[in-house]
Amino acid sequence: MNVMLPGSVPEALDMLASDCAAVPIAGGTDLLVHWPVRVEAHEQTYLDLSRLDPLKPLRWTADELMLGGLTTYWDVIRDARAGEEFPLLVHAARQVGAIQIQARGTWAGNVVNASPAADGVPVLMAYDAVVVLESRRGREEVPLDRFYSGYKEMKRRPDQLVVGIRLPRRRYSYQVFEKVGARRAQAIAKVGLAITRSGAGWRVVAASVAPTIRRCPAVERLLETGTAVASPEALLPAIAQDVAPIDDIRSSAQYRTRVMAWVLYHDLRDFWGKRA
Amino acid sequence: MLRPAGRHMSALSISFNINGSPVTLDVDPADRLLDTLRYQLALTGTKEGCGEGECGACTVYVDGLPVNSCLIPTYQVRGQRVETVESLDPGALEPFERCGATQCGACTPGVVMTAWWIRGHPELLGTHSIRELMAGNLCRCTGYDGIVDSVAEALGETGSGQGEP
Repeated sequence: MNVMLPGSVPEALDMLASDCAAVPIAGGTDLLVHWPVRVEAHEQTYLDLSRLDPLKPLRWTADELMLGGLTTYWDVIRDARAGEEFPLLVHAARQVGAIQIQARGTWAGNVVNASPAADGVPVLMAYDAVVVLESRRGREEVPLDRFYSGYKEMKRRPDQLVVGIRLPRRRYSYQVFEKVGARRAQAIAKVGLAITRSGAGWRVVAASVAPTIRRCPAVERLLETGTAVASPEALLPAIAQDVAPIDDIRSSAQYRTRVMAWVLYHDLRDFWGKRA
Repeated sequence: MLRPAGRHMSALSISFNINGSPVTLDVDPADRLLDTLRYQLALTGTKEGCGEGECGACTVYVDGLPVNSCLIPTYQVRGQRVETVESLDPGALEPFERCGATQCGACTPGVVMTAWWIRGHPELLGTHSIRELMAGNLCRCTGYDGIVDSVAEALGETGSGQGEP
């Protein structure tokens, strides 16, 4: 195991450009689980981001919230304005592990770890987040709902670093985050849902029911068109178009599908059959 | 100096503050903070439980926040302030003994660290319950009520142990 210790963002980008196999590490809460038992899995070079101080703070501007590449869950939980304007960020952050994980884990790390069961990614996606990538070749921005191309596959080149996540400030008339797990704390989602409604329309984002966190366009269409939905079962065809759950150690495909249908139906019972 | 067998040393010299004193150490990039504390600094109060950031037995403070030392490469604390259970006032344990919050003791150092941190930040109880703040410290013996009661007692209040699981 090797580590490179850059002292600045430009230095980090130089190091990444010269060693594209290097793995950027921030809070380490995903990368270092079971370390050092799985020694061979860690025989690689890490690029330690922990001293890149300009990436730490979250910043508010007139029209957006910008999470830094090193902004942690706890940073957001403790930001009163985040709780008012982007409450789902706080709801999700408080369900990521517990304080010990929230103090270390970063939003950008949650994005690039690309777990289908991530808690942070669904709420970011429901707020139309944009991933800001930087490399020596310049800056690139990718909407989060177009960032993943398959299981653990994403539009980040190995020489790029996530330096921020931009969230447009909007008025939301509806927003909810649902995490169904074995218990409230320290659990990994069996099903996750983040739902928002703003002037930009409905966003329904699902977790743990597909190879990536993803939006559910068929369910969104039912809401946008005001289609009447008389029961949870009536949502199953749209859900089948949008997601592809599997059986695994935490749950079954059938359970996940049913929970998703029931939670969607009940959370949105005031909206089914009403035109957007 | 105690070290797990079979690890080679590569020279990565780092300095940080441990329990109020500066220290400079040679560490391997693969060293976890947990092991550096226990085997290089002989601070064996910090325990390893699960090794995957779930149980909280290895809780220490880094720059004042409770973290799992099993998930932190030692090089990441360079220039930072690390505090272990050895830094606490011995009286920190008293409410736990009174309220039946200890049994086998494996989780206790981590539990006490998180509890002491809550005690130092009572403003958090405006948004969080004690149970939520303690959720990262698993205990297989006591059933948690004693732990929650002892934190409430340390905070000088009663009744905070009630409420949601």
